[in-house]
This record gives sequence, structure tokens and C-alpha cells, in this order.
Amino acid sequence: MKITVLSGKGGTGKTTVSVNLALSLDNVQLLDADVEEPNSQYFLHPNFDKEESIYRKIPKIDQEKCTSCRKCVDFCEYNALAMMIDEVLVFPEICHSCGGCKLICPENAITETDRELGVLKHATNKYNVDFWQGELNIGEESSVPVIEALKKKADPNKDIIIDAQPGTTCPTIEAVVDSDYGILVTEPTPFGLSDLKLAAELMDELKIPYGVIINRAEEDSNYIIEEFCNENDIDILLKIPFKRKYAKLYSEGIPFVLKEKELKNDLQKVFRQIGSVVNEENHSN
Amino acid sequence: MKKITVISGKGGTGKTTVVANLSYLFNDLVLADCDVDAPNLHLLLNPKNEESKVFKSNKLAVKDQSKCIDCGICYDVCRFNAVDPISYDIDSYKCEGCGVCVAMCPEDALSLKLLDTGMIYNSTTRFGPMVHANLKIGSDNSGKLVSEVREKATKKAEQLNKEVVLIDGSPGIGCPVISSITGVDLVLFVTEPSKSGFSDLKRVAQVIKHFNIPALAVINKYDINEKISEKIEEYLINEEIELVGKISFSSDIVDYLRNAELIVEKDKDNKVSQEIKSIWKKVDKRLQKLN
Repeated sequence: MKITVLSGKGGTGKTTVSVNLALSLDNVQLLDADVEEPNSQYFLHPNFDKEESIYRKIPKIDQEKCTSCRKCVDFCEYNALAMMIDEVLVFPEICHSCGGCKLICPENAITETDRELGVLKHATNKYNVDFWQGELNIGEESSVPVIEALKKKADPNKDIIIDAQPGTTCPTIEAVVDSDYGILVTEPTPFGLSDLKLAAELMDELKIPYGVIINRAEEDSNYIIEEFCNENDIDILLKIPFKRKYAKLYSEGIPFVLKEKELKNDLQKVFRQIGSVVNEENHSN
Repeated sequence: MKKITVISGKGGTGKTTVVANLSYLFNDLVLADCDVDAPNLHLLLNPKNEESKVFKSNKLAVKDQSKCIDCGICYDVCRFNAVDPISYDIDSYKCEGCGVCVAMCPEDALSLKLLDTGMIYNSTTRFGPMVHANLKIGSDNSGKLVSEVREKATKKAEQLNKEVVLIDGSPGIGCPVISSITGVDLVLFVTEPSKSGFSDLKRVAQVIKHFNIPALAVINKYDINEKISEKIEEYLINEEIELVGKISFSSDIVDYLRNAELIVEKDKDNKVSQEIKSIWKKVDKRLQKLN
């Protein structure tokens, strides 16, 4: 089963849920797809043992062959090429690596070079979680190719948990798009609710079943999330209470389940509940 | 006129709360919510909307099925895996609108269509005008919408002769973050003392360094882990990033937030309000010095 943990708003507890869920299960793989800020590593004490670079292609202009016809400049939808007097300049940061300029050039003056976009890292750890993370290089803009490459590391013989990037744009979609289930993590504040609605809308559009975990839950304020979930028939899978102790554990990179067995039981229950939803879904399709 | 963007790397460190409370203290400014993916500032400032506009910048390849001869060239040339290998249908989430398939199609069966990227709003708050936006779910190109919000706010400030444009940024280090800091005079980091908060701060600080923008920092919830707070302080000194203040962990700030109220406005004597006020003074001083 492949489960992605996501949220509209950042900082609601995606990584907390991903890591603690992974630590509550056997034969599991954790993929950290929050490649702009991969944070699961701080809770797993990983020993990184493998690293692979992810490259993308950037055009290189052969000025000898170039006749300054401008066709490539006019073609580029991202304004990554510009004409300076009679020379074509390339702006690698904004190039999307579509390869169009190379195809369009009538003089064959464009070749491509590799540029490192990010890295994938594998780690072993004492918890027996098979762990891969993607990391976008500083100054690079597009996370999607790194996430795509990371997902190819998915082991079909294991249950897979993907820690996604916050939001509802391409990087989050790339992480979740072929998952069996999405866990939406939120907090009981107006911000949490507003961003949960966006994430729920995304999941409806992608037609992936999902449920909600309320993090930093507090009795007197949970209702704003609960009301929304009840009205829209969304399962609330779990409430993780607000505790100063948790904030402290989080800050030090200590997974909560190591200190609280009860949470481990709760997360195993959540996993079973998700399993039955996914099973039903598969039967009805 | 000076522009300042508030970012954090990690989400949920308190960017928007800090921006909203600072806007009360600045009192006369232009606000821009550049977190177009998950905009929240309006929830605290309750702006009156004056103008809404559809923003179009995304492009998508569309196929005229009657002209398609199923040659599969579009599939071969697409680098974004947006063309289905069997039906040659185009996946709108994956398509980046580059136009390669359109240029290569021998039958002219493909064209690029301009799509709605989101909505952009001109509003007023009690502290001044606010420009904000809503990215369409699943949309690409949030960078362009962020640029548009930033530029509109700048224009507004020029027209009205406002001194300060305060910009709420988005989490991460990618495209929308880079768009939100382009051409600004100052960056304010809001970080928190956790291993992940610290690591994310370092990553986003490298981005800011890359663009050569002066930066200030606030440690929010600093007393959750004073050891890590000390480490962050050391790091900031080494990086020559001025620490303009620390905010205590307090449930009061969350209680006001839940009621969409500002702690600096409603509870002036609160310790947190005093801390934010002192931060504002230092930020303001630094902005003056930039002249």
C-alpha cells in the first residue's frame, strides 16, 4: 500500500505523522518527497550509504554555428533564452529543460549539457525503516523531476509512506498522484482549516481517498476541523493532542512513538483503517 | 519605498502571524501575500475586496482529435511524461506548456492554450492596501502569480507614496520563494528552535545569500528549546544576519489567532506583544538605514 502524507499548510505535522507511522509498522519504506526542505532525516538518525545525482538538460549554444535567427529565443515559453546583440544567452535557472530550442534550431547550433538539479540519498537506520530522501539543490526552482526520480525507488514489496511538500501545486501532486490513500494533516486554527479545504479539494480532483489527522489538537478548538470533516463526510483518523512535551521532543528530533506506546497503537489502528478503505475502494473499482 | 519579505524555509514557524502583527505596528503600509499556494494573511486582517481579476499565465497543450493521426511524435518529444503512450492524450497536471509537441506535430493537431492560473485581489485593510491571490489548485507557474502580486503591491506603494511594502512569503526554497524575494530590499527570517527549523533556515539563508539580499531574523517560540536557539544565534552571528528578536512560546498568541485578532493590538502589555514591538522597532530602524 502506498500512502502519501500531505497538507495545504506547512508546519502542521506531515513529517511527524510520516516518521511516527513508519516507525509503527513493519516492512515499510519512507520516501521524503519534501525535497525543498527534507526533514524526516532529523528523526531517523540515518547513516547515508548511497547518493545519486539528478540531472537536467540545459542548452549550450555553439556560437560558430549560430546565425542569430532568434528562432530559439522566440520559441522558449519561459524566457530562458535572450538575444544580446547577436549572441544567444542562456539563463539556466529558469530553463525548464524541455529541449525545444535544440529541436527548433535550423543550424543544429544547440547541444545540451547536464546540470545537477538535486540528489537522492538512501540511508540505513537502527529502526529498520528503508529510507530515501530527495533534496533539491539551492537556487534551483523545480522540484518535480527530483520527486519523480525519488518515487522510482519505491519497493513494491513494502508498504510505502511518502512525506510530501506542503501546498497544492505540482510538487505535491507529483508526490501523491499514484498513491492509494492520502493522509491530510492539519491543525485546529483558521489557517489550518483554510488550507485543509484546499488540500481536500485537490484530493477530490485527483480522486484519491483520504482522511484527516488533527495535530496539536485541543478540545475547545477541534470543532472547526470536525465540523468541516462531518459536513463533507471526511474520516478523522486521529487526533494528536497538543503537548509542550511533544514540541520539545520534536525540536530535538525524537519520534514521539519512542516515548509513547499508546500513539504507536493508535497509528497501527489508523494504518489498518486505511487498509480497509483502500481494499473497499479496490473492490468497488 | 522599501520592500521586505518574510520567509522561513520551514512551514508553520509563524510567518503570517508575525506579518499581521507587524502591519499593525507599521500602521501605514502596503501588504502583499505572496504565499499564493496557501494564503492566510487575509484570515487575520479581514480585508475589504475592491477588485478581483483572473490571472492567466499557464499554458497547456490541447489536441484537436480530428487532425491527430496517432503518429506518436508528441509522446517521443515530451520530456515531462505528459503524453499518454497509448492514447496520446495530454495530462494537464504534467504538461508544462513548453510547446515542443505543438512545434513538432506534423499535422498541426496541437496548440497551446492559455489557462487561468488563479485570482488576484486588490483589497484594503485597516493598515493600508493589500494585494493577495489564490492559485488555482494543481496549477503550475506559481512564480508568475507571485511576481504579479509583488509588482502590483509595489506599484500601489509608489502611487500612494507609502514607505513600506511588507510581503508574506511561502515555505520552501523553490520557485515561489525565489519570486517573492526578487528585487526586495530586505528579508526577515522567522525561524523556530527545532532541528528541522534550523536546517531549513540554513537552506533558505543560502538562497538569500545567492541573491545578495540583506537579512534579519526572528526566533519564534525560542524557549521551546533554548539550546537550539543558542545554536541558531551563533549561526546568525557567523552569517552576519542580525537577530532582531525572540518571541516566547505562548498559548495567548494562538488564542488571538483563533479569533482572527492581533495580540499586539488587543493585549499591548502581553510579554509577546512587547517582544514583537521591539522586533518592529529594529526592523523599522534597519529599513530607514537602507535609504
